[in-house]
Amino acid sequence: MNLWNAIVIGFKEIGAHKFRSLLTMLGIILGVASLVSMAALVKGMENGLRDALIEIGGLEKVRIEEGDIPASQQHLADQAVGITLDDLEALKSGAAGIELLSPEIRLRSIMLTRGANSYSPWLFIGTWPNALEMNKHEIAHGRMFNDVDNEEARAVCVIGTATRDALFGAPREIGREIIPVGERIFVNGQPVTIIGLFKHYESEAERKTRELENARTAESPTGPARSRGYGSRGPPGSFVYMLKNATVYMPLNTVQSRFRTVSAANPIPDRRLYVINAKIRGVERLEETLQQVRNILLHTHKGIEDFTFRTQEDWAEQITVAIRNARLSGGVIAAISLLVGGIGIMNIMLASINERIREIGIRKAVGATGASVFAQVLVESSVIAIVGGLAGLLVSRWFVNLLALVSPTGNTPILSAQAMAVAFLFSIVVGIVAGLFPAIKAARLDPIRALRYD
Amino acid sequence: MPLVEVRNVSKIYHLGGEEIRALDDVSLDIEAGEFISIIGPSGSGKSTLMHILGCLDSPSRGTIQLDGVMIHNAAPGQLAAIRNRKIGFVFQFFNLLPKLNVLQNVELPMVYGGVRARERRERAMAALRLVGLDNRARHRPSQLSGGQQQRAAIARALVNEPKIIFADEPTGNLDSHTGEAILDLFRRLSAEGRTIALVTHDPEIAAVTPRKIEIRDGKIAGSVDEKLAGLDRK
Repeated sequence: MNLWNAIVIGFKEIGAHKFRSLLTMLGIILGVASLVSMAALVKGMENGLRDALIEIGGLEKVRIEEGDIPASQQHLADQAVGITLDDLEALKSGAAGIELLSPEIRLRSIMLTRGANSYSPWLFIGTWPNALEMNKHEIAHGRMFNDVDNEEARAVCVIGTATRDALFGAPREIGREIIPVGERIFVNGQPVTIIGLFKHYESEAERKTRELENARTAESPTGPARSRGYGSRGPPGSFVYMLKNATVYMPLNTVQSRFRTVSAANPIPDRRLYVINAKIRGVERLEETLQQVRNILLHTHKGIEDFTFRTQEDWAEQITVAIRNARLSGGVIAAISLLVGGIGIMNIMLASINERIREIGIRKAVGATGASVFAQVLVESSVIAIVGGLAGLLVSRWFVNLLALVSPTGNTPILSAQAMAVAFLFSIVVGIVAGLFPAIKAARLDPIRALRYD
Repeated sequence: MPLVEVRNVSKIYHLGGEEIRALDDVSLDIEAGEFISIIGPSGSGKSTLMHILGCLDSPSRGTIQLDGVMIHNAAPGQLAAIRNRKIGFVFQFFNLLPKLNVLQNVELPMVYGGVRARERRERAMAALRLVGLDNRARHRPSQLSGGQQQRAAIARALVNEPKIIFADEPTGNLDSHTGEAILDLFRRLSAEGRTIALVTHDPEIAAVTPRKIEIRDGKIAGSVDEKLAGLDRK
């Protein structure tokens, strides 16, 4: 009895009990499909989170912020200068590990107005033109302000789509996209010209949702217009995109001279910065570079450590942990469903052996050894598992699409060949393991009793 | 040397602490080419004897030599190989596999014997011709009459050219006319030189064979095998 014969017999058995075999395979099909789609979902989530990480500047971006002065230096607190443009100059000339530096002044309680519309952006930031590169912004229309705008402290700004939507109307509501380049708005009462508009930032999932909504015919809104409150539109990762859309950039000098004077009576600009963004030359040199920056800043700050560093390492780590957890829980669930599929196979094989005790007796009488009976049963269960596994791979494509429609993470699932290979291998292992016990049972049947069995 | 040489074979079962001797110190010889019947009422031990001689079972005691090989203490794998190459079985209930057609049923012993597909087909067809069933090769067993099924089973028993064929009540499930035809077939096969052992409870059937071994209560009746005792040599 060679392997080929055993396989042929296995297929014949499946063919002889089509419906029963299909039910048996269903367990394996679902197991494989859920394993593959779970991997695809996690992969999609991973990609979504990584995209978000890149959107906020990647791992190379370090924020140098004001920090609490250590207890040992508390008596020097009144001499602490905070982060200033001097630090920026010192870093520029001294810190070799830094590729790009951009200062940031962030203003709170800013009100943008245009006609009757007003809007308070999340981030109103005075900065240098290179902030565009630093924070991965892209200009869709108009231009970014340049060094000349900054030097001359011109009253210009670049806004995001959220500001545009609030002041000029959103394309979804008014049916056309307004490009407000050249328009004049008021920032806390002072006239400012819009010279550029960022592109609209959105995650993959948001883009899909929007396209879907566009494709639909506009539904008439129910009841009076109302705000539906904060949050819950879109997946968690989309916060990053929301923040970027609600950003307004203005030249640093403009902000300093027009919005940061100490008082109207004493029009000397406040030299302090909110934060310095630094892009280092490589993540692998992070420690080294931070040490370098610390040395320089301690020098300019007269030894007072009134600054801290904020990196995206925490975020990256959180992403890794989240992905690991999702992978683990998804994997466990999928493995359990495969296991259940395996138990189904074992159950059916045991039933089918009981049905065929006489057949096994006949085969043994004409010379089948225990080993060949064992192989036959094992091949049968493996054939069920392999066919089920292949069907599961086919189903998983469809399954993934289904899950993508209903899944909460909202990131496009990505089918990976690796996950498919693992799931398929796993299904074969399950088939073999499930066949072992019935096969041993069949191989041990006493031929005389098996022949007499009715 | 005889084809089968049984010496002092016992088969003892233990049923709830009680010892049951299905076979009790049996000795007999079967020569190559003989046509014998093993006869006895049900429960006499004749089936046990056939199973042990047919390598389906092992004796508790005693020695058996088949075609020059001692089989009383062979391992299950070796017994399977001996069943495959040296022994053919014909059963009362035919015992054909219902999902295979007649040809495939006849091929089955060769499948386990590792014979190539083409040779399998040729030999199976030859065996079917021998029993007059070559025109039914593609039929399922369920499409055949009882007599035809038994012919197919006989073809299966013949196909590996065994040293000895055991037929266990081969006519038990057939009407007398068909049974007669099957017995004729055995007679013919015997005339062609094959060694055949009929196992039956029916003295009429046993009358077909030149030599009869009667089993009673696990022993050869009168505790003497005529041939072993030299009584057949007049």
